[in-house]
Amino acid sequence: MAKYLLLKHYRGAPAAVNDVPMEKWTPEEISAHVRYMRDFATRLEGTGEFVDGQALAPGGTFVRYDGEGRPPVTDGPFAETKDLIAGWMVIDVDSYERALELAGELSAAPGAGGEPIHEWLELRPFLTEPPTVTE
Amino acid sequence: MDEALLRGLIPRVITILVRRGADFAAAEDAVQDALVQAVRVWPDDPPRDAKGWLVTVAWHRFLDATRADAARRRREDLVDEEPAPGPTPGVDDTLQLYFLCAHPSLTPASAVALTLRAVGGLTTRQIAEAYLVPEATMAQRISRAKRTLSDGGVAPGRARPGPGGGLDRPGDVATVLRVLYLVFNEGYSGDVDLAAEAVRLTRQLAARIDHPEVAGLLALMLLHHARRAARTAPDGSLVPLAEQDRGRWDTASIAEGVEILQAALARDRLGEFQAQAAVAALHADAPTAEETDWVQIVEWYDELTRLTDNPVVRLNRAVAVGEADGPRAGLAALAVLDPSLPRHTAVAAYLHERDGDPETAARLYAEAAHLASNLAERDHLTRQAARLNARRIR
Repeated sequence: MAKYLLLKHYRGAPAAVNDVPMEKWTPEEISAHVRYMRDFATRLEGTGEFVDGQALAPGGTFVRYDGEGRPPVTDGPFAETKDLIAGWMVIDVDSYERALELAGELSAAPGAGGEPIHEWLELRPFLTEPPTVTE
Repeated sequence: MDEALLRGLIPRVITILVRRGADFAAAEDAVQDALVQAVRVWPDDPPRDAKGWLVTVAWHRFLDATRADAARRRREDLVDEEPAPGPTPGVDDTLQLYFLCAHPSLTPASAVALTLRAVGGLTTRQIAEAYLVPEATMAQRISRAKRTLSDGGVAPGRARPGPGGGLDRPGDVATVLRVLYLVFNEGYSGDVDLAAEAVRLTRQLAARIDHPEVAGLLALMLLHHARRAARTAPDGSLVPLAEQDRGRWDTASIAEGVEILQAALARDRLGEFQAQAAVAALHADAPTAEETDWVQIVEWYDELTRLTDNPVVRLNRAVAVGEADGPRAGLAALAVLDPSLPRHTAVAAYLHERDGDPETAARLYAEAAHLASNLAERDHLTRQAARLNARRIR
């Protein structure tokens, strides 16, 4: 088994094919989308491949250390930052091919007009523990 | 196995061990061990006397743990002087446990976790699942809380627990109520229903202490809990109060809440939980959303503003003013509040829609969706924007 992170971006991924902001969909289309996402996660729980899924708020802050005895420096959010993560799903699957297949299904979630969004998702393998058997 | 019965016994068993000479931290650990064993064993082999079983098993766990620790000779001597476990006295010190677990030296998260375990009788795993953190993390949070209570890690200037973390010198009622309110408001996830658990613990507290605000909090919980089935649509989306199917409200829970509230108000010692419950009761009392007595609701928000100068109360008041005196009045009340308040934009969107400006409302709903702090609310606000946008296009 291998773990993969499926990353969804608010910003920074190439534009989706069906790229319409959600507030311009109809309420029924939003419901269909939410249902699709929920059913997807439920199905992966059923197959034993779901690990975790979380959504992130769009607003964030950059923070850094500013020396002994001083409060950390904060800044942002920066409008020029190219990449903004919207959320993720962690899956634990048998193969890279299976991970690709699932990412493709998630990208097909319905959007405006009930058509698939064809959204770009980023698939990132986890670095694993070293194997016990090395030769 | 009756889980509620089992959980109700946990605080009593802890206090029995404490009375026999165990300190709170050790007693609580021993009882948690006994509880985990009960959950495993009872389904196949139910005890005749559940409480006696728990006391016996927990006491043995305590003795084992104490004897295993050679450095704690002193406590072992103490243990040897204690009577063997036998029939347990009927005295109930559960109330003291509430105060101890909500001790002001604890952080809110620690107080919540400790209360759910020692008073609520939940296992560490159940609490961890409910708060979506790893079990090891929750176990650490609980042991740190107990160390704070028993090792004198109490912040200076605050009430200290007695030597050995005994059950004397508790926090105050307000602290306990805040902890229970937090548990209720976290809703639920995992296999434990935290809202229902908070109702149970508050009911148990109200039976042991005569205090109008305890009654006020219990009434508030019952009145909100009554609406639960109507709050979410089958697809999981939020249903706002005005659109809820009031036939699905739990009338028994409402009746109980109203009765408890009336008795509390009659004592003329108003507090914020009673005032909040009064608002909930007025909503519960309206057969339809249109029949809501918004004028009285505004008056209760005025009371609440006097009791606690909480900006969230002022925001809710602006909504009520918008219903009582029209959306323009609501927007005027909103205009004097800090726009960075949570839900400020959502309220503005709603009032603009009511004021006949769907364009501004749609823009603000979309903006409010970006600011939402939970998914259900974000989806709801996005739907509101979508609804208005779709209507304008047609």
